[in-house]
Amino acid sequence: MTDKTAITLTINGRTHAISVEPRRTLVDAIREDCGQTGTHIGCEHGICGACTVIVDGEPLRSCLMFAAQADGKQIRTVEGLADGDELHPMQRAFMEHHGLQCGFCTPGFLMLAVGVLEREPNISDEDLLDVLASNLCRCTGYQNIIKAVRAAAKEMRGK
Amino acid sequence: MTAHSKGSGATWVGRAIRRLEDPALVAGRARFTADLAATRWVRFVRSPVAAGYINNIDMPAEGLIVTAASLKGVKPIRPMLHKFNYKPISQPVLANGVVRFVGEPIAAVVATSKERAEDIADAVSLTISETFPVIDTDAALNRAAPAVHADAPGNVVLEGRVKTAEFHAAWANAHKIIKLEARSRRQNATPMEARAAHAAYDPATGRITLTCTTQMPHLTRTAIADLLGMPESDLRVIAPDVGGGFGQKMSLATEYVVLVWLARKLKSSVAWAEDRRENLIAGFHSRDQVVTLEGAFDANAKLIALKADVVANIGAYSCFPTTCGVEPLMAMAELPGPYDVRQYQCRARGVATNTCPMAPYRGVSRPVITLALERLMDRAATAFAIAPDEIRRRNLIDKFPYTSATGLVFDDASYKQTLEMAVKAIDLPAFRKRQNEARAKGRYLGIGFATFSERTGYGSPAFAARGMEITPGWENVIVSMDPAGGVEARIGSSPHGQGLRTTLAQIIADEIGVPPQAIKIVHGDTDRTPYGWGTFASRSLVISGGATLIAARKVRAKLIKIASHLLEAAPDDIVLADGEAKVAGTDRAVPIAQMAREAYTQTHRFKGEIEPGLTETGSYDPPGTFSNACHIAIVEVDVETGRVTVEKFLVAEDAGRIINPMIADGQVHGGVAQGIGNALLEEIIYDDDGGILTATLADYLPPTAHEIPPIELHHMETPSVNSITKAKGLGEGGTIGAPAAVINAINDALKPFGVSVDEMPATPQRIRAALRKSGKAA
Repeated sequence: MTDKTAITLTINGRTHAISVEPRRTLVDAIREDCGQTGTHIGCEHGICGACTVIVDGEPLRSCLMFAAQADGKQIRTVEGLADGDELHPMQRAFMEHHGLQCGFCTPGFLMLAVGVLEREPNISDEDLLDVLASNLCRCTGYQNIIKAVRAAAKEMRGK
Repeated sequence: MTAHSKGSGATWVGRAIRRLEDPALVAGRARFTADLAATRWVRFVRSPVAAGYINNIDMPAEGLIVTAASLKGVKPIRPMLHKFNYKPISQPVLANGVVRFVGEPIAAVVATSKERAEDIADAVSLTISETFPVIDTDAALNRAAPAVHADAPGNVVLEGRVKTAEFHAAWANAHKIIKLEARSRRQNATPMEARAAHAAYDPATGRITLTCTTQMPHLTRTAIADLLGMPESDLRVIAPDVGGGFGQKMSLATEYVVLVWLARKLKSSVAWAEDRRENLIAGFHSRDQVVTLEGAFDANAKLIALKADVVANIGAYSCFPTTCGVEPLMAMAELPGPYDVRQYQCRARGVATNTCPMAPYRGVSRPVITLALERLMDRAATAFAIAPDEIRRRNLIDKFPYTSATGLVFDDASYKQTLEMAVKAIDLPAFRKRQNEARAKGRYLGIGFATFSERTGYGSPAFAARGMEITPGWENVIVSMDPAGGVEARIGSSPHGQGLRTTLAQIIADEIGVPPQAIKIVHGDTDRTPYGWGTFASRSLVISGGATLIAARKVRAKLIKIASHLLEAAPDDIVLADGEAKVAGTDRAVPIAQMAREAYTQTHRFKGEIEPGLTETGSYDPPGTFSNACHIAIVEVDVETGRVTVEKFLVAEDAGRIINPMIADGQVHGGVAQGIGNALLEEIIYDDDGGILTATLADYLPPTAHEIPPIELHHMETPSVNSITKAKGLGEGGTIGAPAAVINAINDALKPFGVSVDEMPATPQRIRAALRKSGKAA
């Protein structure tokens, strides 16, 4: 349980050769072993979605995956959303529509929405609401998150 | 006009500019407490039982384990109130011989990784002789109940009473008396970031820097220094980005005290991040109150006297700094709400139990008293056979200033106007038609009203009236301009999601003529900011905003004097705008940056009229003001399953002058969503032995995007005379009104069944139980 294994995590295109216990969760490895603290821990039991990252194209909760399971996979986190200084349309939309207050859940929502929209650019508004209901936000009451994601979806489709 | 420019003549205040907080937050570059690297991690061993005596703590050899025995000389937390028969009770930072609730910290384990600390904590073996726990207030008030604290026999820690002189005479004249018992079950504020702390020792100075997720950094410093007996100047407290608080993070966490003690002892840095289970069982709870309310009405359905009994379950300890009086005493002072009722009698008690301590949570008592009062209004409307909006129309106050039966002075507001605005916007006749059509098809729609006041921005006299030893009312703000013209405001408030950096920058921008984007607001660092109380009680925009305005005006006055010298013009002719001082009606101007430089380097030019530098302090301690709103909920109740769907939510609100409408709307949205969650979903459930059955977010249910309907907002702006910015606070209103509106709507929907649901959350189980009891539903 406590013997460490060498693995390689590829986060936002950069490889991190790290050594982790088999029980190390992916989110702990991303935050502590790789120093990428933009991904947050909200519940560690897969409900709140604050730790959502994109692994091989799929948004998933990094608290429910072991780091060793992500060995060799492509991981994207909030730090990789912007293109240099150019924010991702989803990040811009959250700012424009006031889709965040304390901002703790925001990275999880951004990765969830981006992951789903990249996979299903033409997702219906109703299905998008289903998707957004999988993460928790305690500040915004969701109104502006929904607005922001719909606006960004439109912009992403237009690209 | 874009979000980053300002049209000529317009003010920054009142505009929905984008938040200055956001760029770092959306990029993942914000810094929350748990983001700090640590070499040593702390895990707390917590009591698995609700009540008992600790006989033995069997510790594994590995790691460092600290218990109460190690903490000799550390004082217990003993919050004080000098009124209302308050019985001071003490909370040791680690349980000392006795445990009083499931989750109470007994030992702290320190290890080199989180995982190791958890392993060692799991290996700590506790021998506890269990005693009989008292979990709810009924049990705690029983004569035979064991005392949770020997210092408070009978478990009543506080009892307030109030009665107006002519109460009995009015009561005797009642045409109708309506009685009900309203109850709020126990809830948890559930900020998405649970509590966390990181304490670091500086070998050069011996000082400790405690970075923690708190709403009150300065008082955290004072309190911990007191408890540990260390010089306060040796402790620096930093609240970095804080992931929501809603009141839970204004009360002192015993864990933070232990962290500072450990950092001093080990001369090293130690970190703790609460997990969600710990937060749900031990991170402070809220609500859990019963209000028994009787209203005496005259023949015109006018409320003439109100009688209330408030019982608040305060948990095992009294929270610091507000004390456990915060809920019952606010209930007692504010229960008459926005209604004109002259005669009032109330008894409010805080009762200790073997449960997690209570702390303030967004709304503080008012969600519960508003539920009680708004149920009373709806029940009375039914009894008088008038509409729910009509009974409110007959009872709402409309002459200001209005002094309430408890002596509170209500400033100008728009109780009736917001009611009319909401009723018109919802189109009540159309709804009633739709409701009847739906009923004919076996579908049950309902509409619910809540009209309420939200007392905000109150200064130290309001806290003194409760007899509090600590009266966290005023705020200081230091606004300075450096020699390059850079503007900084250092504030004692401690925002954590409210967007205060943006709104305060808007206030300063209008005074000194630089855009808000160029103004830095510094908060959450006791080394960098003036002493202040923090962010809670819908106070920061009013009080810190007022102090900011005062300080900014002083800087403005200096700049104008400097400009009048440099431009050789009368002070009255100087205009500060767009980074320049101009002589009105001319093209003569001087850049503010140049004036700033000269304020430091050329002071001889100002003939001793202007003190050197551009640093000014503003201090503000206002009497308090009242925001108001009318909430309307439309719900559908599935009578077969008891499930409630909120179809629509409408808010007509008045918070005085609005500094940033986008941020204000966001506060209302978020408050309403929490209110809907409180009304329908959220409940901490204890079993009979004091164990918690809702220790995950799969059991304790904050609402998701599915449960929150579109929220329609309507605004009025009645400027406050009790706030120099004319702004009133609005952080809590959403949460205060929404539960009552939703529960009233449920009752309206279920009118054909003759049931009354007066409890939150109104879960499917409770609604089905009420329907079954009625005998009119399957």
